[in-house]
Amino acid sequence: MNIPEPLRLVLFLVGTMAFVGLNAAYLVWVERKGAARFQRRPGPTEVGPAGLLQPIADALKLLSKQLIVPSGVDGTLFRAAPILVMMPAMMCLATMPFSEALSARDLNVALVMVFAFGSINVMAIMLGGWSSRNKYAIISAARIVSQNIAYEIPMLLVVITLVMVTGTMNLREIVEQQAGAFWNWNLFRVLSNPLMPVTFVIFFVCMLAETNRAPFDMAEAESELVAGAFTEYAGMGFGVYFMAEYANVVVGCALATLLFLGGWQSPIGVLPGLFWFLLKLYVLVFTVIWVRWTFPRTQFYGLLNLSWKLLIPVSLLTLVLTSITMKLF
Amino acid sequence: MRFGFTDIWRGFWSLVTGMRVTLQQFFRKPVTVHYPHESLPVPDRFRGHIIFVRDPETGKSLCIACKSCEKACPSDCIVVDGVKREGEKKKSVTEFKLDFTKCSLCGSCVEVCPVDALKFSKRYNLASTTKTEYVQIDLVKDVEGRGS
Repeated sequence: MNIPEPLRLVLFLVGTMAFVGLNAAYLVWVERKGAARFQRRPGPTEVGPAGLLQPIADALKLLSKQLIVPSGVDGTLFRAAPILVMMPAMMCLATMPFSEALSARDLNVALVMVFAFGSINVMAIMLGGWSSRNKYAIISAARIVSQNIAYEIPMLLVVITLVMVTGTMNLREIVEQQAGAFWNWNLFRVLSNPLMPVTFVIFFVCMLAETNRAPFDMAEAESELVAGAFTEYAGMGFGVYFMAEYANVVVGCALATLLFLGGWQSPIGVLPGLFWFLLKLYVLVFTVIWVRWTFPRTQFYGLLNLSWKLLIPVSLLTLVLTSITMKLF
Repeated sequence: MRFGFTDIWRGFWSLVTGMRVTLQQFFRKPVTVHYPHESLPVPDRFRGHIIFVRDPETGKSLCIACKSCEKACPSDCIVVDGVKREGEKKKSVTEFKLDFTKCSLCGSCVEVCPVDALKFSKRYNLASTTKTEYVQIDLVKDVEGRGS
């Protein structure tokens, strides 16, 4: 399309921010409604039809509250942390192609950029916890660091496997390779990596851990750590953390869709690409919510054991298997 | 801890089973009764505060003011008074005050009543900002104001 560059820039900036904001607000509603249905409750019903105005009411409440900066905290870091947590999610979305014609930036190292910014998110939560001058927040920060180190490794190993198969780090090219029927999706490319479905499961598990979602939400294990790193945050400071969690879930699911589930490619050849991308994205988001309300929180050593003793060996195995099959065939 | 491949598979499959169970619940009807908008029927043996049984012919109480309930009450929360009217065989009640702040709903009064004039009501959502409203519940006025 021939939109002048500055206008295109502004449009994508506004679009990305609106997408992230809307998703963060309404995924809270989906989460509450979903949790309720899994527990056979009705969920929010009072504010608007089916509780649809609940996120707006919540946002108004959070916005109207005083932003308290407790005495003794590291003021700069304390104020910067919520912004640092929200920004990477938006930066990551800039590289993601939503459909054939809809992507903000067509980067040839998009995957590297997504992972580079993805780790800022965890670092920012750590900064928030560290600067809060609160024992719960500091414990939470320490947990986040070790959890992040443990799960970054299998995730990157899995992505290396995928990059070996596709031969590119450009998300658009990765999706274009998966054109056609659904057995062309990377998820089912067992000819180049016999363990591809396992790779996807590892990616998904690591994504849950990286975004601090249950059953890996050690960072804000409310029964042990009050609210973890967010304990000292009031009003919209807390609200931004909350939004960032969902924004990161969306980014993670979008990445999984692009890498494994064929992005905007339609499995049956009807309807526009954007529809299919969003459908796959939200099915994954629903699965994330589904997992959260099915499994209890793991213990911390269980979480580290899972990564170091199971996910890393298995992802190394897929890496080796992929290189062997690629060399042979 | 040793990980065998069968253990891994079995563990993974148990997770899948768990997710299947929750998904089945997801598609079933919520069991919550949305209380202020709808409510469950009150069980037959529910014990609200006592009220008079209404005589369908006269529209008044069956009470003969014998004061058995007043004596039977372990918490002393019933005050009864009655008169013998001209041309009537039995005494009739003029005053029946219940102090619901003390009542423990033991049911001695309902049991002891010789003419079965008392029963438990099904009033469960009583609320007031003043204590006095429930210190003296006037059952005579209640039975006359009641439809059935």
